[in-house]
Amino acid sequence: MTPEELEQIVEEQIAARGEVARTVNVCMAAGCMSCQSQSVKDALDKEVAGRSMEKKCQVKGVGCMGLCAEGPLVSTDSGVLYQHVTAADAVEIVDGLEKGPVERLVCPTNVPFFQRQKKIVLENSGIVDPERIEDYIGASGYGALIYALTDKTSMQVIDEVVRSGLRGRGGAGYPTGLKWSTVAKASGKQKYVICNADEGDPGAFMDRSVLESDPHRVLEGMLIAGYAVGASEGYIYVRAEYPLAIKRLRTAIRQAERLGLLGTNICGTRFSFRVDLRLGAGAFVCGEETALISSVEGKRGTPRPRPPYPAQEGLFGEPTLINNVETFANIPPIIRNGGDWYAKIGTEKSKGAKVFALAGRIRNTGLVEVPMGITLREIVFEIGGGIPEGRKFKAVQTGGPSGGCLPAEFLDMPVDYESLARAGSIMGSGGMIVMDESSCMVDVARYFMEFCMTESCGKCVPCRVGTYQMKQLLDRITNRDATAKEIGQLEFLCELLKNTSLCGLGQSAPNPVVSTMRYFPEEYKAHVEDGKCPAGVCGSQANE
Amino acid sequence: MGTTITRTDPTKSQPPNQDKRWRLVDATIRRVGHQSRGLIETLHTVQEAFGYLDVQALRYVATALRVPLSRAYGVATFYHFFTLKPAGEHTCVVCMGTACYIKGAPQLLAAIHHNLGIAPGETTPNGKVSVLTARCLGSCGLAPAVVYDQNVAGKVTTQELREQLAKWMPHDS
Repeated sequence: MTPEELEQIVEEQIAARGEVARTVNVCMAAGCMSCQSQSVKDALDKEVAGRSMEKKCQVKGVGCMGLCAEGPLVSTDSGVLYQHVTAADAVEIVDGLEKGPVERLVCPTNVPFFQRQKKIVLENSGIVDPERIEDYIGASGYGALIYALTDKTSMQVIDEVVRSGLRGRGGAGYPTGLKWSTVAKASGKQKYVICNADEGDPGAFMDRSVLESDPHRVLEGMLIAGYAVGASEGYIYVRAEYPLAIKRLRTAIRQAERLGLLGTNICGTRFSFRVDLRLGAGAFVCGEETALISSVEGKRGTPRPRPPYPAQEGLFGEPTLINNVETFANIPPIIRNGGDWYAKIGTEKSKGAKVFALAGRIRNTGLVEVPMGITLREIVFEIGGGIPEGRKFKAVQTGGPSGGCLPAEFLDMPVDYESLARAGSIMGSGGMIVMDESSCMVDVARYFMEFCMTESCGKCVPCRVGTYQMKQLLDRITNRDATAKEIGQLEFLCELLKNTSLCGLGQSAPNPVVSTMRYFPEEYKAHVEDGKCPAGVCGSQANE
Repeated sequence: MGTTITRTDPTKSQPPNQDKRWRLVDATIRRVGHQSRGLIETLHTVQEAFGYLDVQALRYVATALRVPLSRAYGVATFYHFFTLKPAGEHTCVVCMGTACYIKGAPQLLAAIHHNLGIAPGETTPNGKVSVLTARCLGSCGLAPAVVYDQNVAGKVTTQELREQLAKWMPHDS
């Protein structure tokens, strides 16, 4: 593949688009697929074929359109979005291409959910067909790679990433450019790039959506990273629980290899890169980078002390760059538009936009990408549409089992790495679970502690034993058997785990407990002193 | 030591039996070049082909990849995705992600326990239904979500769940 050949594909795609007068996009990401969007697409295909309109109208399977709660979603080239579409609606939708939108299915798009978003990572999501590389190339895909390979040195690429201010989207927020330059400077006969797609936080589905909707973007980001740090091999460590993402990644890798965008001497340069998939097998701890490396090596996923950091000694003992899916997905636009462009978005220390998965007791569940610095209130009440059934907002949980629960007083806090950390939570990978008064915060803390307990790998004692003890204490509190002394023990264990665990899992496991004790002390008090659960959750039949 | 240990060439080890599914496993073993780093991949293939990992399979994979059986067993038991027991005819996976949890997944498990008398990880005595939990399916927009035999169902109510289970279980049991 030469730059000219790529240009030719772009032109062909534009020409092909010109021939087809109309396009109907059907969401084929996991959310809509589980509401039978495949049958909607089949019905639309059949309807278009039945009217011999294939030349004039294209029915395209695309990635996530974001508003997962209202699926299956269908959109048309004139900007109309349909919600809750069934196969039976195909006739009307095809009719509607000429007669005007089918009113009863229309989903309004002039609402904050769509208007307030800033799409960078998700710019192609819901627009390109994730199973066709040509479609991605037609949307200026792989252009950033060619630009980097032909016009920039690897140091210039890193410099661009440094200037963008991009920070790791996996949750910890380590500056991406700094990580890249460390790996680039490290010496080793072979370097590796690993994409962390082991999205283990319960309640987070950003990475899954990116992989399902725009897999080539992640590959392109990895290729650019490989060029910048001098690596020739890459691995994508993806959860086995995401069969659709795996399938689309496999297809994407095959297509990129066929076009010579992966392989040896890419674009006639000396740069060679190949990518392989490694399937996770359901271990949350493998999101930790050293545990992930151990798993890629075919071993149990247990972390090891750092330093040495993977940037010096990683996979098979060689320098290794590990970034999250969303981090890689941010790279092509940064290279295309320049680091300064990216640095203009967001706040002083947290640049760019962030994808969040909104879920829980919120009207518009789904996937949103918003600029950093937006307030929680804007996300929950404007974009998310607020709490359904007239209930009252109680807390928003960010960062999964490593994060915390923030009460209403933090709604006007800007969302960035530092503010969230100060409030006792973390940015995390982007899961945002909204809770209303029907949730008991002690029960939520117990839920996360149970999660950490079962996911503890067992290597270090504080985490292995501490999470078990904390879970026992929380069980006693939710059963309303605990005494005030046990609350003290719980607080002691929180400190102990935070300070003495080997890896991030144990160190951050107390966060949900600490934050709920800090912001909802009255709920703990009610359980311990009055023997009551204010939300009426603990002691109900399901939790016995 | 007086005894000599006969080392068999792992590349020439034979599958435990004539089952054709071993060919898939052998293909993966060849692809990973009989290297220990391919252990997890090979176990994935075995589980995909046979549905679970038994001792016989672990022994074969360990020999072929030159790893001790203890390590193969260690890896197989470390990861939740691998199972050492065959599943029932039908599987029902209840998502226990945060969104599903606060939207009623515990009630669904309680309903299953009430109807079938089994807890997550167990199979009904007649081998018809296995109940499992998932950490998070990533279908949080559809909470609470349940996977019935590979098909994801969203916004599941206990009533729907009971009806689905009733279809799978013979009426007399």
